[in-house]
Amino acid sequence: MTFELADRVQTVPPSGIRRFFEIAEERDEVISLGVGEPDFSTPWAARDAAIASLEQGKTSYTANRGMRELRDAIADYVADRFDLGYDPDEEIIVTAGASEAVDLAFRAFVDPGDTVAIAQPSYISYEPGVIFAGGEPLSVPTREEDEFRLTVDALETAGAADAEMLVLCYPNNPTGAIMREEHLEPIAEFAREHDLIVLADEIYAELTYEGEHTSIATLPGMRERTIVFNGFSKAHAMTGLRLGYALGPADAIGAMNKIHQYTMLSAPTTAQYAALEALDSCDDEVREMIDQYDRRRRFVLSRFREIGMDVFEARGAFYCFPEVPEGFTAEEFAEDVLREQGVAVVPGTVFGAGGDGHLRVSYATGLPELREAMTRIEAFVEEHA
Amino acid sequence: MSEREVLELLRENARYSTADIARMTDLEESEVEAVIGELESAGVVRGYKAVVDWDKLEDETVRAEVELNVELDRETGYGDIAERLARFPQVKALRLVSGDYDFDMEVEGDSIREVSMFVSEKVAPVPEITQTVTHYVMTSYKEQGIELGDGDEDDRLSFSP
Repeated sequence: MTFELADRVQTVPPSGIRRFFEIAEERDEVISLGVGEPDFSTPWAARDAAIASLEQGKTSYTANRGMRELRDAIADYVADRFDLGYDPDEEIIVTAGASEAVDLAFRAFVDPGDTVAIAQPSYISYEPGVIFAGGEPLSVPTREEDEFRLTVDALETAGAADAEMLVLCYPNNPTGAIMREEHLEPIAEFAREHDLIVLADEIYAELTYEGEHTSIATLPGMRERTIVFNGFSKAHAMTGLRLGYALGPADAIGAMNKIHQYTMLSAPTTAQYAALEALDSCDDEVREMIDQYDRRRRFVLSRFREIGMDVFEARGAFYCFPEVPEGFTAEEFAEDVLREQGVAVVPGTVFGAGGDGHLRVSYATGLPELREAMTRIEAFVEEHA
Repeated sequence: MSEREVLELLRENARYSTADIARMTDLEESEVEAVIGELESAGVVRGYKAVVDWDKLEDETVRAEVELNVELDRETGYGDIAERLARFPQVKALRLVSGDYDFDMEVEGDSIREVSMFVSEKVAPVPEITQTVTHYVMTSYKEQGIELGDGDEDDRLSFSP
């Protein structure tokens, strides 16, 4: 017999990254700038705490919403770093990665036929998540002229006024764009005016260079309509430990917890112990990693400009988003530079509307590798220009 | 604060090229040269040396950590004793420390015999020195912030979203 797939699963195309993965497998000595996770290991103190928790036999479920001490620590952390005030009892839920939390939000708030506007280019999971929840994704392309910030103009043009929900991810994967308070204000006004729920994926919040991150939930009238997502994968280099969280009004987090308790029960216990220690004692390591990313960011941006490729000043996450030279599509450039020079980058088209003609270049890689990769890209561009 | 930034980068890797430091700090190359020049002439940066894992070499260098206890008198201070000891080329580091002993001295030589002779013939006889305890380094695991193991492989997938 064959399994007949559910329509909502069948409609979602396979990930555009897959093909590149296969080319990379065939070739030796690939330097990958295609990675969406830190090259650092989790700070040792956090790993050590996880190991100690295992030694002590702390391997049972935790409370559905996560360990009380961890929720307290998260509440203190987001208050301190981002001026976000949430009650650890009712307004915070700890999840298996921020990804789980985003999925919970789609399932908790999207009815069949609801429209969910997604600022793009963006992380690739939002569209499928909306479809799996029975909703209809609506692309809202952002533009290089606006440094890939979301604008009200873009929202209006795309028809987002009729949507039920808006998803934004700043600092942005894949562009590295950030939105300052003055850029978020008109978006907040639009959301209030059209009564949109806002999902703010702020997983890269700590990785904001030149200034501090502003959460849209801190703007007037936004807390009540916003779910903020964050986690330990990026700034604390804990991707494989799978630990994230969502912040929102009590009834919204309660609804998400309802799904979470029937599906996940609780986030991985060992990871929760690691996270608790990470918040407790790893600020210096986090700061050091951020400083490293910032240096690499400036290095990579400088090198692209020297090579003669246009690139806007990305100030967040660990990506930059250069334009491919004339005569190439993003897909062609990414494929050829991988085959000929062994440098892996991701074509912007993978990340939805507005990504064409660009490459996502991750600088979550050591400087020696970055230097070599940029030399190879330079050779490739010189040969084909 | 460009001085601090350049210094941090040099401490990370003294062999970064001026061009790379300029790229990482958004300074001009000439500015980086100037900053390094100032750091050197002000005596903040005293030198640049390789961090070596001696276990990887056949001709082994012997290293020892030597604890020194001293007795001061009216004419002789810690500085005087230190100055006298630091002049020996065998002494690679010398620090006044708190705790059970006074000086912490790093000594390098070609053999255990050579290091022992140096301590017994040159250091111990110094009149103010009352006691020496020599610890030979057997294996080094971390030097100047650099772990000397085989390191972790980058086992990340070459593409991830």
